[in-house]
Amino acid sequence: MSEDTQPILRVEGIVKHYGSRVAVDGVSFELWAGEVLAIVGESGSGKTTLLNAVAARARPDGGRVSFLTRHEGVVDVHAMSEAQRRLLARTDWGYVHQDAVQGLRMNVSAGANVGERLMALGERHYGRIRNEAASWLERVEMDVTRIDDTPATFSGGMRQRLQIARNLVTRPRLVFMDEPTSGLDVSVQAKLLDLLRSLTRGLSLAAIVVTHDLAVARLLAHRMVVMKDGRVVETGLTDQVLDDPQHPYTQLLVSSVLQP
Amino acid sequence: MNVSDLPAPVERDANFNFAYLDERTKRMIRRAILKAVSIPGYQVPFGSREMPLPYGWGTGGIQVTASIIGPSDVLKVIDQGADDTVNAVNIRRFFQRTTAVEVTTRTTDATIIQTRHRIPETPLAAGQVLVYQVPLPEPLQKLEPREVETRSMHGLAEYGLMHVKLYEDIARFGHIATTYDYPVMVDGRYLMAPSPIPKFDNPKMHMCPALQLFGAGREKRIYAVPPWTKVESLAFDDHPFEVQRWSQPCAMCGDTGSFLDEVITDDAGGRMFVCSDTDHCLARRTADE
Amino acid sequence: MNHAETLLPALRVAGLSKRFTLHNQGGVELPVLEGVTLDAFRGECLALDGPSGAGKSTLLKLIYANYRASAGSIRVRRTSAAAEVDVTTADPRTLLALRRDTIGYVSQFLRTVPRVGALDVVAEPLLGTADADTSALRDAHRKAQELLLRLRIPQRLWHVPPATFSGGEQQRINIARSFIRSWPVLLLDEPTASLDADNCSTVVSLIDEARARGAAVIGIFHDARVRERVATRVIDMERFQPRPGSR
Repeated sequence: MSEDTQPILRVEGIVKHYGSRVAVDGVSFELWAGEVLAIVGESGSGKTTLLNAVAARARPDGGRVSFLTRHEGVVDVHAMSEAQRRLLARTDWGYVHQDAVQGLRMNVSAGANVGERLMALGERHYGRIRNEAASWLERVEMDVTRIDDTPATFSGGMRQRLQIARNLVTRPRLVFMDEPTSGLDVSVQAKLLDLLRSLTRGLSLAAIVVTHDLAVARLLAHRMVVMKDGRVVETGLTDQVLDDPQHPYTQLLVSSVLQP
Repeated sequence: MNVSDLPAPVERDANFNFAYLDERTKRMIRRAILKAVSIPGYQVPFGSREMPLPYGWGTGGIQVTASIIGPSDVLKVIDQGADDTVNAVNIRRFFQRTTAVEVTTRTTDATIIQTRHRIPETPLAAGQVLVYQVPLPEPLQKLEPREVETRSMHGLAEYGLMHVKLYEDIARFGHIATTYDYPVMVDGRYLMAPSPIPKFDNPKMHMCPALQLFGAGREKRIYAVPPWTKVESLAFDDHPFEVQRWSQPCAMCGDTGSFLDEVITDDAGGRMFVCSDTDHCLARRTADE
Repeated sequence: MNHAETLLPALRVAGLSKRFTLHNQGGVELPVLEGVTLDAFRGECLALDGPSGAGKSTLLKLIYANYRASAGSIRVRRTSAAAEVDVTTADPRTLLALRRDTIGYVSQFLRTVPRVGALDVVAEPLLGTADADTSALRDAHRKAQELLLRLRIPQRLWHVPPATFSGGEQQRINIARSFIRSWPVLLLDEPTASLDADNCSTVVSLIDEARARGAAVIGIFHDARVRERVATRVIDMERFQPRPGSR
């Protein structure tokens, strides 16, 4: 984390309703460059809804999301034109889906999956695209000889790695991750967590990781936000929240898992 | 085949409106065409009608032709470059019966040319209209099945995905293996499917003096390339766009620069390569005589 | 270190209390510490003394902001010149910065990071978060090697992830990691537990060296001989026991 003067992301009073049900009820937080924030809570706590509103994948019913761009200062993400927002989403942002199928093009090769963002940004040199794709496959510890295979032939863990490479190829500064390791075998999960940890540290990535798994938060996140019924019940340094939880709900959450 | 082989001009069947479609429908389609001409390469939705031919037989092209044809037009219809194939013959007959316009096989004589899968070898001239029959108007569809998403991509000119397809070709075959319906950028703005013409014909679309109209009946889309519009075939810097070449000339007219079809001549594996554009081939042969 | 700096406490704890509220056990209150007040100056080594349950580890965790204080303040000087930061009220970002450049902490257990080799685990505090340049990396690795040598970690283990190490080896990795940086405030929770005599004396020298360069060391030393050897002051933690019935 560098000593910046303002946060890279500022989330203020996000509200999201589904009909009469309030899914997210006035959530605010800040994220600084290079900082990894975990949003934890049970399913139905509103954490994924919050993530989608922050990542501008859904429009909130209230509140504001401000992002510090590289060149144009702070922008109100939901007030941007769709074109700007989509450009942001495929350059300075990344989004890692829980289900890799949603984040990948399953019928095109691994190389093209990684290269797509480059091509979208106007790269028109096949050789360079391919080299860049190969180097990212290496960085996410994938077998480079599989560069021409489609994700349909990959295991769950490899698909998730590919999804990560596809997102990081443009060197984003902020990555959203929705349960990035759930649904994988425990050993595969551990290796992927390692990779995510070294990537976020190594690239100084800011990240918001939605997870129900406290061990994931412990390993990846500097800070934690605990959500229940659409509200933040506790926030703080990850080890603080896990080792000295204050809110009854957080205490319950922490005590109901084995040594996070 | 030459003009004299065509059936003699027929009377228009008075049971049908001129060119089959009612005037309101034609007007609706003409509006779509005007919009398409105004926004080169943009797919304009239109209220595609039931035609007396099944989808896939050129209903989009027929509706476009029906909307622009007038009694003084001269119509040529080709399918794969030939005037005498089933689809071409049927469509030509349809318009003869419903309009009684003059028909021709000569590219130079036609005011409207409806085509499936080719652009004539003879350069088109100002004032001519080339009407394409289009099965799949959306070039991104195979890569991105969600129409809402492809529309956004067009709206925002996000066309990286199309290069993904070309990347895949090179990764798999070592070169861009797409040989027909090869995607183009129209006027530097809209990505467009040129219909399943061979990529050999792509350069002919660029700065063409004739108006090019595209009709997709089943998909209910019309798009256009106005005369003198830039049409650029996509490529990579290190894998530039190239057209097909043949090692031998046309076996019938000796042309070395036209698109050739392989024709099997006997049961013993005998074959020859001849011009796919029959009018072009005939014109060269008669000029030699 | 000049004289004026020595006079400024590196750490000032005042009126610090900690009680745990167990909401899921009927809201039971567990008072652990009350009214902790102490200063730690540069070059000092404070030994926290008291029976188990006296809140020694709790105090270290409070200073490291691993636990949250119930009352009182913990003021830390980030650099000799800068104003003090109160750990009990600082925002998470400031706390992370403090942990990066001011407060070092040796816990009793190494929380191992899978698949990262021992040398890199030890070097990490010097390298920060971003990709370090090669000279910084070489420098950090050199220092890490020195420490691993001094702490008698066999060279064949340097590139092996410590997860597979014995308890004593893990503890030494933990110590190496905490002494690689010149933290102005160093918190040691039983650094010599499970160490043999040779390694014990290495740790003792490391503490002396840290003090000599101006660190304020606060530690829990189970072994009385080690405690006598390193401590410049002994803090009797029983003074800070909550009185029965008090809250």
